[in-house]
Amino acid sequence: MSETAQRADIAAGRPPGGGVRGNGGLGRLREAGIFVLRQREATIFVVAVLLTIYFGFINSIGRSTFWTKTDLINLTQYWGPIIIIALAEVLLLICGEIDLSVGWTYAFAPFLMYFLITDYSVPGILAIILCLVFGLVVGWVNAFFTVTLGLPSFITTLGTGFILAGVILTTNNGEQATIPPQVLGIGHWIGQYAWADIVWAVILTVACHILLRRTRWGLHTIAVGGNALGAAEAGVNVARIKYGNFMIAGIFGAFVGLQNAFQSSIADTFSGSAGFQIMFYAVAAAVIGGTAMLGGSGTMIGAFLGAYVLAILEDGFAVIGVSAYPLTIFYGAAILLAMVLSVQFARLRGEGKVR
Amino acid sequence: MSADMPDGGVPDVLRVEHISKRFGAVTALVDVNMHLARGEVLGLIGDNGAGKSTLLKILCGFQQPTSGRILLHGQEVAFKSVDHARSLGIDAVYQDLALINQLSVYHNMFLNRERTRLRLLSNRAMRKQAREYLERMGVHIPSVDADVASLSGGQRQSIAVARSVYSDAKILLLDEPLAAMGVKEGAMILDLVRDIKRRGDVSVIIIAHNYGQVLEVCDRVNLLQQGVITLDKRKEETSVGELTNLVVAEYRKALEARQRSA
Repeated sequence: MSETAQRADIAAGRPPGGGVRGNGGLGRLREAGIFVLRQREATIFVVAVLLTIYFGFINSIGRSTFWTKTDLINLTQYWGPIIIIALAEVLLLICGEIDLSVGWTYAFAPFLMYFLITDYSVPGILAIILCLVFGLVVGWVNAFFTVTLGLPSFITTLGTGFILAGVILTTNNGEQATIPPQVLGIGHWIGQYAWADIVWAVILTVACHILLRRTRWGLHTIAVGGNALGAAEAGVNVARIKYGNFMIAGIFGAFVGLQNAFQSSIADTFSGSAGFQIMFYAVAAAVIGGTAMLGGSGTMIGAFLGAYVLAILEDGFAVIGVSAYPLTIFYGAAILLAMVLSVQFARLRGEGKVR
Repeated sequence: MSADMPDGGVPDVLRVEHISKRFGAVTALVDVNMHLARGEVLGLIGDNGAGKSTLLKILCGFQQPTSGRILLHGQEVAFKSVDHARSLGIDAVYQDLALINQLSVYHNMFLNRERTRLRLLSNRAMRKQAREYLERMGVHIPSVDADVASLSGGQRQSIAVARSVYSDAKILLLDEPLAAMGVKEGAMILDLVRDIKRRGDVSVIIIAHNYGQVLEVCDRVNLLQQGVITLDKRKEETSVGELTNLVVAEYRKALEARQRSA
């Protein structure tokens, strides 16, 4: 056995020299199984498959709703927005922070666009760009309180979030605003087109995955969350990483807010509370997807699948016809179950049972 | 190998002049003067809390002195950051090792000087290089892909040291590199320091508690006591006994002072 092969064995967690030979197909299948289980996204993947089987096959016997175009679009429109915001929360959670204000940035952005266009006659595209810049600014402010003034982000982002919610309600007297016709053209590509949500979500998931796994920024984000002092001693600019990730969260929040507004053609004041909801969904998606609340590790693919689990639960129960009130109970129970499974799988990995 | 010390004519690679450091009411360093010649290994000793780590953190740019100046190759410099000091050829191994448990061995070895291509990490190149460095040092670990969390204390220390040694730095600062080491691993680090010395162009400041080991590898010893350098001797002029006596005497004096005031 060559040294390289032995090293590869060790790297893959196999005893050197043992394994493959003589075991044939079965051994290889077992190894493939172990490989899947060793991935951090394994749990949520299994949960996602089980839920798809349940809602897509077992429960849809006699009804054809799940696999219809309308229903799939419906599913992706729950799914996409949660994904995008969850991606940003993954970056923040990894570097040891959280953004609770992102839901209100989401609610605020469409109103800002509305005011810019109708009250200040700003051209449509510029208004959209300014909304994204607004997201960046909110992220910067969050980072300023958290990093520069040294306050916990759990509190600072709650504060900025409430301020944003209050400003929306005050300036618009709690009324809805219609999306101005000037931006409907570009709005089509951002959110109005039926599959726009999921297409953007997939693109951003791939981009964020590369950012996290293949760039210095991602590596430093993990380093900052894993050992902030150590990262600083190695010369990593901790403040810069945190500022950047807060700003990514802001811009993603504003973008998804615009998407949602284009989709429904209105900027809704009640998305103040809907903003609360999407933020918690996003954090839940990140965490049940395998991102650590305490920083240092996380995965974009996991967040993508975590968002799917939340979306299919919401969509699936609605298709079955469970009414809205008990649905919330199922929802909470499902999140708990997903977390329990996640921890159990992690323990299995950590104890080396599958190694 | 001659140990010709550059006096006068050739400027020292590093000179520390009248450095003081205060943290609020606490004074960590008082008017410290220190010099380091090219290719020299300087042992910095002193009891816990004497200010050794603080001095080291100032020299590597992690902290800034309250007063005093630092001369690098005869030029006055003010290190703005770790990155800045590193760009001037100074690299440190910290007592806390500055390793990230969640990252692999090779990512830790290349932390903040990652190899990239088209802005993407060249993981393959870093993996290969890390393997080479560790092999050359004689460090045995299961795999460079392993998370450092899974390694022993000595292995972690070796990785932290390897990271600095192979960084092309001209001045290496080692803060207790022997702390978590077994006998064999400790010998390996000392061999490494001797290797560096043989190369002749890299200077080393090494902090350690084991005076015997320090005297084995260094050319000169500085003793730091309560923020003040109280001894600066070439290793031939001193002994483990003298150094131990000085530190114990300091302790006795402090004890007597306390008893008198009580």
